[in-house]
Amino acid sequence: MPALEETEKPDLNLDRSVGDFSYDVQYQYDAGVGLTEATIDYICDVKNDPDWIREFRKDGLRKFLEKPMPTHWASHDLDNIVFDNIRYYLSQGTQPKRSWDDVPEEMKQTFERLGIPEQERKFLAGVEAQFDSEAAYSNIKAAVGEQGVIFVGSTEGLHKHPEIFRKWFGKVIPTGDNKFSALNSAVFSGGSFIYVPPGVKVKHPLQAYFRINAESFGQFERTLIIADEGSEVMYMEGCTAPKFETSTLHSAVVELVALKGAKIQYVTVQNWSPNVFNLVTKRGLAHEEAEIKWIDCNIGSRLTMKYPGVIMKGRKARGEVISIALASDGQHQDTGAKMIHAADETTSNIVSKSISIGSGIATYRGLVDIPPHRKGCKNNTECDALLINTHSRTDTYPAVVVRGNQNATQHEASVSKVSAEQIFYMQQRGLSEGEAMSLAVNGFVNDLVREFPMEYSVELKRLIDLEMEGSVG
Amino acid sequence: MRGLHQEFLIYLLMSLVIKNLTANIGDQQILKGVNLEVPKGEVHAIMGKNGSGKSTLAKIMAGHPDYTVTGGEVLMDGENLFDMEEPDERARAGLFLAFQYPMEIPGVTIANFIRAAVQARLPEGEELEATDYYANLYAKMDALKIPRAFTSRSVNEGFSGGEKKRCEILQMAMLEPKYAVLDETDSGLDIDALKIVSDGVNALRSPDRGFLVITHYQRLLNYIVPDKVHVMVDGRIAMTGDKDLALELEAKGYDWVTEGELATA
Repeated sequence: MPALEETEKPDLNLDRSVGDFSYDVQYQYDAGVGLTEATIDYICDVKNDPDWIREFRKDGLRKFLEKPMPTHWASHDLDNIVFDNIRYYLSQGTQPKRSWDDVPEEMKQTFERLGIPEQERKFLAGVEAQFDSEAAYSNIKAAVGEQGVIFVGSTEGLHKHPEIFRKWFGKVIPTGDNKFSALNSAVFSGGSFIYVPPGVKVKHPLQAYFRINAESFGQFERTLIIADEGSEVMYMEGCTAPKFETSTLHSAVVELVALKGAKIQYVTVQNWSPNVFNLVTKRGLAHEEAEIKWIDCNIGSRLTMKYPGVIMKGRKARGEVISIALASDGQHQDTGAKMIHAADETTSNIVSKSISIGSGIATYRGLVDIPPHRKGCKNNTECDALLINTHSRTDTYPAVVVRGNQNATQHEASVSKVSAEQIFYMQQRGLSEGEAMSLAVNGFVNDLVREFPMEYSVELKRLIDLEMEGSVG
Repeated sequence: MRGLHQEFLIYLLMSLVIKNLTANIGDQQILKGVNLEVPKGEVHAIMGKNGSGKSTLAKIMAGHPDYTVTGGEVLMDGENLFDMEEPDERARAGLFLAFQYPMEIPGVTIANFIRAAVQARLPEGEELEATDYYANLYAKMDALKIPRAFTSRSVNEGFSGGEKKRCEILQMAMLEPKYAVLDETDSGLDIDALKIVSDGVNALRSPDRGFLVITHYQRLLNYIVPDKVHVMVDGRIAMTGDKDLALELEAKGYDWVTEGELATA
């Protein structure tokens, strides 16, 4: 049985990060260490996967093994991931609970400490709370469910709604897109499946919270969101993990489909502990006059590689990426955006702001593609970097490929530093050096923070303050 | 004797006293023994040529990291400023410096900036009440004839010279310092802006507050009339007089002070 006495210890380290704690959970299902075909069969058996999913996973494994590490262009830190030491599936069963009262005690306590049930009561239309490989809790407010909105885990989605699930699953991001999308395809578990019927506008956000509890573990959630014609939905995800000695892998695949005139906003506040490799593939497909907006904030992790993309497939589709990255000592935030203009009169906007502190590295990597025969496409890209210390580093790799002459693109980039004179000025008004630094950083990202839902922007400001506290002196 | 001693103590606790202050930037000595006393309730002006050390004096008192104090002390109501290491400690103790070139802080609104500064003066754990704060802010802005829209602009970003200086005066009004040092507040101001800023300073004159007004030109002192005028030459106070000294300087030029010094030496 779970070691409940562990959960009652009041002296857990809550020091700097609210997420830095873990519980000693006895997992009912454990695929063991390392990844072979037997691992996949184990996962399929536990999850009772249909044959086509078993095939899909095995194809994923083949492609994962074939594909080289992207270290020829990305960080060599990737070479430090030891795939044979990772545990690929850990759960206490595949059925999420509909009531917090039914959630196993240690999981319930985890999410209570992270404030999830409270947020759910206050402002969310539905919540899914994933603990390691599976959702412990999943629920949607009755009024939203009555509108025909589906919000379940990916396993439930593929079992209960195969007609919608199978049509779009793996279609926006092919298995072989990159080594990590292939890995996710092989061992995916958890994540959300959302379907919003035509014309339904979901008023409050749906939220997923991803929690890693176990050491030397890989979390591979798979999310698929389909907004049918003229519908609107906002999805928010948060994530934390404890600080372990060994590194942890988080490798998600997120696919969005916005049908004609639909709007999807996808908000992420990533606050993984500094030993997590966060290697995520996120892409959306926007049909005619549809709009997909990624609002992405990366504060935690050891290495994040994430370039949310929008393929604008239909006329007048719009894509947007708003991104904030904060790279502290020892962290590398390699983030950016991909905008593929696959139809006429499509519009994309990328605004990226990064902050590098101490030895932190922030990289912007972008791709804007407008093929020669397109007309009336527009892109605007702005990327601004703020350096806090003299040895902080930022890199920008923007690729804007425009082969026609009937389109407009605009690119602006800036690098600035918080100057000693600015700090002196603020200190002369009575602010400590740390408060001054924090204010300068909050000012730098202020216009983007406003894009986040209110509840998240407050949290963001608090997280930035926490990061800045340790950055001076 | 006892009476005299007490009188001295009261005087010490009611003034800004600069004693034998020497300071360097790198290896170069800038201040070579400054002596000066500003009692509460008075306005003193420091005039001097460019490079005489008057702006350096302001920055050193505020704790600018580029300068090294090599000797002497600055007592603010009896408290040695140099016992407080960080500039923010000195600020919270009651020293305010209106900058010659106020810094821009992109993305931080004036309202939020001043709020953070007021909050920093409250005891640990005490939260500034937003409604009280705004009531106070708006009252001060009205008194200084600053339009409300001003507060939602980023601190000094894209401001005209006049706006920057008014923003400094507004901060001073909100932070209510014991002593305010105004560093070349008149630089970059046309005559109308000069008048507005001076009115602001005059409105803040009080028996509980001392001012040290640093300026290159006499014209500011037509608007902010000083109790005393000090002339700084090569890192020292070379001459002290009443407000008429400023006029005399304007007429005769700074070299007249140096020549006078040579003659008396």
